[in-house]
Amino acid sequence: MSEMLIESWGLCKSYGRKAALSGVDLSVGRGRIVGLLGPNGSGKTTLIKLLCGLLQPTAGRLAVAGQEIGPETKALISYLPDRMYFAGWMRAVDLLDLFRDFYPDFDYEKAVAMCHSLGVEPGHRLKTMSKGTKEKVQLALVMARKAQLYLLDEPIAGVDPAARDFILHTILTNYNEEGTVLISTHLIADIEKVLDEAIFLKEGKVMLHETVDNIREREGKSVDALFRDIFRAQPLEGGAF
Amino acid sequence: MDWVFTDDRPIWQQLSQQLTRRILTGVYPPGSKLPPVRELAAQAGVNPNTMQRALAQLEQSGLAEANRTAGRLVTEDLQAIERARREQARQIIADYLRAMEELGYSFDQAAALLKEE
Repeated sequence: MSEMLIESWGLCKSYGRKAALSGVDLSVGRGRIVGLLGPNGSGKTTLIKLLCGLLQPTAGRLAVAGQEIGPETKALISYLPDRMYFAGWMRAVDLLDLFRDFYPDFDYEKAVAMCHSLGVEPGHRLKTMSKGTKEKVQLALVMARKAQLYLLDEPIAGVDPAARDFILHTILTNYNEEGTVLISTHLIADIEKVLDEAIFLKEGKVMLHETVDNIREREGKSVDALFRDIFRAQPLEGGAF
Repeated sequence: MDWVFTDDRPIWQQLSQQLTRRILTGVYPPGSKLPPVRELAAQAGVNPNTMQRALAQLEQSGLAEANRTAGRLVTEDLQAIERARREQARQIIADYLRAMEELGYSFDQAAALLKEE
């Protein structure tokens, strides 16, 4: 078993002439909860999609558990996309069946229990659920897999604070201890205390990769405050917009 | 007792302080079993590794001990608990004096005011 779960060397991805990631060198170990933090357009989703094999790198290399991205690594990864890819007519039970068919590591009973604690009955259709409930159901599906790497793209965006707590609690109590969870978000204050380490992305480059404890110890402030300092938009002279 | 975190210090330090307070106030009495790391982490809504570090700190200060069969126990050494109580009291007093100094009271005035109240 490779020691590092995620490794990349000089990873680049461009969309036409626009560089989304440039020269990303990363190594992330096992049993960690890692925040992938950065403003909109900094490359968070691109990095996650490269890890999933949904995008191909323009240059550089990327490995998960010591292997190049391919069917073997896809089997190790449980991915929550930033938008829903299920049809509105599907019932909760359809989703459970779908995941059971697709993923050998899917724990059906666990997913049913999680849905139950959300107040979602198997017969409920997605289109009848609120945005927060849809998010929670998708998260339950993703976390009910016994994966090595959980890639959660904006799992708490657009849901109320109570739902956020529920989602974070679900992540904390359900992730596989040998596995690593990578959470992309810009809502840092909410997730800071569940993170081991933080990766700051800025304009496609890693500008900081450190443990949350170290950041707080050195800076004397929260990761959220540091983020605001680094990414504060500079208003134009005179303040006119 | 709720878990509250401030922004200025590492979370594990705040956790170990709040665990200490729970031991001092008898939420976890001497000799009792502490909940497992994962359960405590879920309660506080923090990363299990962070909670683990806070508990290691408790062991180092002699307030808790790892037991191979029973998990982690609160110490029965009442002297160690008393020492930790004094340490916390000292911190509260230092905070009080600092705040009073900001208001313009000298040490003696602050002590006198405290007695008056």
